[in-house]
Amino acid sequence: MADARQSPVSAHAENGADIGIDRLLRMYRQMVRIREFEQRANDLYLRALMPGLTHLYEGEEAVAVGICEALQPDDYITSTHRGHGHCLAKGASPDLMFAELLGKEAGYCRGKGGSMHIADPATGNLGANAIVAGSAGIATGAAFAAKRLGNGRLCVCFFGEGALGQGVLYEVMNMAELWKLPVIYVCENNLYNEYTHYSETTSGEILARPAAFGIPAESVDGQDVQAVYGAARRFVELARQGHGPGFILCNTYRFRGHHVGDIKRDYYRPKQEEQQWMGERDPITRLANSVAETGHADRASLESLYAEVKVEMDQAVEFAIAAPYPSIDQAEQDVYA
Amino acid sequence: MPETESPLRELTLAEAVREALAEEMRRDSRVCVLGEDVAEAGTPFKVLSGLVEEFGKERVVDTPISEPGFTGIGVGAAMTGLRPVVDIMFGDFLTLIMDQIANQAAKVHYMSGGHWKVPMVLRTTLGASRRSAAQHSQSLHAWPSHIPGLKVVLPSTPYDAKGLMKTAIRDDNPVIFFEDKMMYKLKGPVPSDEYTIPFGLADIKRAGRDITIVATSSMVQVALGAAKLLEEVGISAEVIDPRTTWPLDERTLIESAKKTSRAIVVDEGYHRYGVTAEIASVIAEGAFYDLDKPVRRMGAMHVPVPFSPPLEDATVPTEQKVFDAARELCG
Repeated sequence: MADARQSPVSAHAENGADIGIDRLLRMYRQMVRIREFEQRANDLYLRALMPGLTHLYEGEEAVAVGICEALQPDDYITSTHRGHGHCLAKGASPDLMFAELLGKEAGYCRGKGGSMHIADPATGNLGANAIVAGSAGIATGAAFAAKRLGNGRLCVCFFGEGALGQGVLYEVMNMAELWKLPVIYVCENNLYNEYTHYSETTSGEILARPAAFGIPAESVDGQDVQAVYGAARRFVELARQGHGPGFILCNTYRFRGHHVGDIKRDYYRPKQEEQQWMGERDPITRLANSVAETGHADRASLESLYAEVKVEMDQAVEFAIAAPYPSIDQAEQDVYA
Repeated sequence: MPETESPLRELTLAEAVREALAEEMRRDSRVCVLGEDVAEAGTPFKVLSGLVEEFGKERVVDTPISEPGFTGIGVGAAMTGLRPVVDIMFGDFLTLIMDQIANQAAKVHYMSGGHWKVPMVLRTTLGASRRSAAQHSQSLHAWPSHIPGLKVVLPSTPYDAKGLMKTAIRDDNPVIFFEDKMMYKLKGPVPSDEYTIPFGLADIKRAGRDITIVATSSMVQVALGAAKLLEEVGISAEVIDPRTTWPLDERTLIESAKKTSRAIVVDEGYHRYGVTAEIASVIAEGAFYDLDKPVRRMGAMHVPVPFSPPLEDATVPTEQKVFDAARELCG
């Protein structure tokens, strides 16, 4: 926690007892769904069933799930090129997501967006964005509208630490604080701007940046879904009370490469580092251990939950593979409203 | 703001734009204005003077000097229930906001499979000859015209400015609205009664038989001036203003060229790869067998706009240059 202006946010840690077992199990299921979704996305790529590339969210599940668990269904999110986790956590259906990944008519965007552009008004998802920091303006604009319309909604702007290099992010953070907009900037620091360690691209302390605008900011362990949820809840409350924006820095790690084709990556990050994160810092294992140790749920019930998710995801993939492509005349549809 | 019952009242182009905004803001509480110095200052060109007094600072919002940021905020606000009018003081600053308009606003509807909409108007300016040099004088309307998902509006009279602005605000798509800085004081008749002008409908500003002059925005008055000179030498020129470069009223342009068998396209954007090239090719493809001469293009000289007055004036098409070109084609 670092905030030059003495943030009203307290830094107390959440624990399982505060959160409740139903929510913990739901968060566990959501993280497993993201993990299993991404493994199938990678598999579709390896089997040459998926056009193009995709950027996997494995390892970062606790961030999307912990944040979205603190939101209402009609709150907004904006997402990134590494966006599957955000979409699922906000309530998207995996079958329509896989259909979009395969360019099928049944997909969320009728096959016109693909992996990097999934959007869904029904779950408040304003869209993933393939321009780094590309959705910072949109997210802040959604908060601007929510405040003007007085509808009580807020917007979470997910972005990676690479977006800290884009000027537009600071422009909108400045306006968000000036106008006390209900927007929460969630920085997922997975350590790598594509293939470059963030320490080579980022001067000073990350939290000093929101602090410079007077935006309350907090750093959390992004591998601990309970900690992320706790921080999210505090910032959501502040935003709803009209205190304006917040900034949550989630320290996390992407288990895979920048995209599915980024296999040989020891030139930019050591295998040992990967193994360390994938072992003791796996957010799913950590929550499972926490829940089991506190006696809230037994291992067997967690395993059966895992098995249910596998069936759900297998069926979603089957649906997407069987779904038809859009007809050619669709190419000229939806250019204009 | 002049208010009169007379249907024959005259407004300046700036007053017409302001009246359109005020009427739409009264009609629809979702309409708001975002930009630099838009509130008490009413913009440096005073186009928005008086709006903040009527609608308040909640709806006429002064922003920091952060064009990409507040344009992006406009996009997000448009997606989620407002109808923002974003003010970009000089068209040259499109350079700063191209990601927001070309990658975000223009593509949101399509990329989302038609699920999200961006009902946003982006007002900006074009035109040289204000002695403002290379970064405040460009006419860059060809850029957004090139991007699918955007609509591009170029009014040339107070009447058109008001009717087209009202249509722009009611449109569910991102609309880029270019106003010629030098025409803000141009006066013309504007009815008091409610009206709108549909996009994609060219206006024949002057009917003629011998040659078609297609002109946009700042060049419409130039073309009309040239047409007067041509009349004196017995050449009847038809002046057509497409009013929107996209959607483009191709049929009216082609039909006129077929009738006159000669065409000139005049536009203040850079000559190379510009609006004149697109419109000339539309006419060449659509009226080829009826044309007596190749279509002539006249745009701004392919140089950064120079400061020195004689140099700057030399870069822009003038009445005399259009007259000379037309005479040559009709010779």
